[in-house]
Amino acid sequence: MPILQTTGLEKRFGGIVATNNVNLSVEKGARHALIGPNGAGKTTFINLLTGVLKPSSGRIALEGKDITDTSPHERVRLGMARTFQINQLFLDLTPLESVGLVVSERLGAGADWWRVVGTKSSVTEEIVEVIERFHLTDVMFDRVAVLPYGKQRLLEIALAFACRPHVLLLDEPAAGVPEAERHELLATIEALPQDVTVLLIEHDMDIVFSFADRISVLVNGALFVDGAPEEVAKDPRVKAVYLGEELDA
Amino acid sequence: MANPALTSHVSDYLKRRARWSPLEIAFWIFAFATIWLFPSKHLILKDTAILALFAMSLDLILGYAGILSLGHAAFFGLAGYFAGLVAKYGFITEPVLALVAAGLVAAALGFVTSFLVLRGSDLTRLMVTLGVSLMLGEVANRYSNITGGADGLQGVEIEPVLGRFRFDLYGHNGYVYCLIVLFVCFVVARRVVYSPFGLSLRSVKGNSLRASAIGIPVKWRLVGIYTFAAGLAGIAGALLTQTTAFCSLDVFSLDRSADLLLVLIIGGTGYLYGGLIGAVIYKFLQDYIANLTPQYWQFWIGLVLVTIVLIGRERMRAWIETARSALENLWPRGFARPAKFAAPDGK
Repeated sequence: MPILQTTGLEKRFGGIVATNNVNLSVEKGARHALIGPNGAGKTTFINLLTGVLKPSSGRIALEGKDITDTSPHERVRLGMARTFQINQLFLDLTPLESVGLVVSERLGAGADWWRVVGTKSSVTEEIVEVIERFHLTDVMFDRVAVLPYGKQRLLEIALAFACRPHVLLLDEPAAGVPEAERHELLATIEALPQDVTVLLIEHDMDIVFSFADRISVLVNGALFVDGAPEEVAKDPRVKAVYLGEELDA
Repeated sequence: MANPALTSHVSDYLKRRARWSPLEIAFWIFAFATIWLFPSKHLILKDTAILALFAMSLDLILGYAGILSLGHAAFFGLAGYFAGLVAKYGFITEPVLALVAAGLVAAALGFVTSFLVLRGSDLTRLMVTLGVSLMLGEVANRYSNITGGADGLQGVEIEPVLGRFRFDLYGHNGYVYCLIVLFVCFVVARRVVYSPFGLSLRSVKGNSLRASAIGIPVKWRLVGIYTFAAGLAGIAGALLTQTTAFCSLDVFSLDRSADLLLVLIIGGTGYLYGGLIGAVIYKFLQDYIANLTPQYWQFWIGLVLVTIVLIGRERMRAWIETARSALENLWPRGFARPAKFAAPDGK
């Protein structure tokens, strides 16, 4: 059974079909990449998966359970978390407080209105684990707004990871990260635990082919090709529509 | 496994955020010292304490959750009438019990109306909150057989607090009562804003899209704080009725809600003391100017507001920070810095 599955997923905005009858299966433990040219509907698709948008029709199942009608925060509890293509961080908080929020929430302490933050040792230990894994120790007391972009990008993933998702959706994690900070970021993504299934939305073909064990190509809102990296790389239709000369070089 | 030294360091850091700073302690020592220092000013100090509590309750939803309201007087007024009626008809004669009950009634109204307020943007929220308080004001006007209508609620007799302390004409006991209630409410509110719940509110205000993407039920957090703030506003309203033995339709007025925003503009939002400091400045400025020019005092209030905006909150904050760090250097190290100041626009 696939861990994440969409059946006949569609989203129309007026007359525009942004997502067109997508049947996608992501296997447990996979490193699955979703690629496609600009405007192919990748972000709409992610928003449907995470519940930011409601589909016009079709179903979404997570670990066999239908989650089509659940709210975004419920999907997080059910085991799916995402990052954003453009950073969505809490600029006035520190990385420590940001991660603390997520961990408190996950351990059911988020609505606790009487206990002072930081007094529960199970919460604190987990915060430190996440901070260390994402190399944020040296900046953990700084305001998020003043962090270097690469660190913000790491925090972006750390917040999603701290939800302890079974499925992690990474929306162009390396977008805009300068070359010097890129290596740390990619190494951290590579080092994500194997039991976390990753669905990667990415533009950069180097990252896709070094990371993914399965690739789906989205064109004009529809699933175009779906297969192992070698097959997708060889597929002449993909080359024609999307990859162009990039792979031949 | 996490590094234990780092873990305890992090735990200390997180807990330190919530520790009382020396400035805060000094603030409250001075507040209570005014009981003996300025006995002739107790009437205005009493009104200031009520306004401070009311403003603090608005700060909780504006400064911490980012909800702009022009109808906070709805809770103030409802609880004010409730406190007057239960005393008049002898349902609850002990003031402290009546105060708690009035707070609960206002919180219940806050809970119900929160669902209206959560819909829509800032402008719709302004209109909805304003609408609710206008409606309540007219309901009180319509049922004048119960509320006394435009004449106000007459014949309210307030029993002594805890059966011992009777409210006197000079406001002595009234002020002590209001100040203690303010302090207790402040301590509870302070606890709440430094809790995981309070932290999650700041995240909702900062970025509600991301807050829901990390599993925070944004709607319920806002319902929670709105209800809590409504309860505190209700306690403020009940204090006014109890200490004046009177309640009139102006508890629901737009002026009252608007004054509250002025208080928070003067004092700043999002650090809990804004409402308190703002209330002190506003009340005493009003009193001072009204003595000079009884007819035109609002001109000077307006001038002060324009000046505040022109100087700019950033610059004032810098002055305050400088003064604070100078002061705190005089104290032994290891004390926490209080929460950062934040402007009403959240910058």
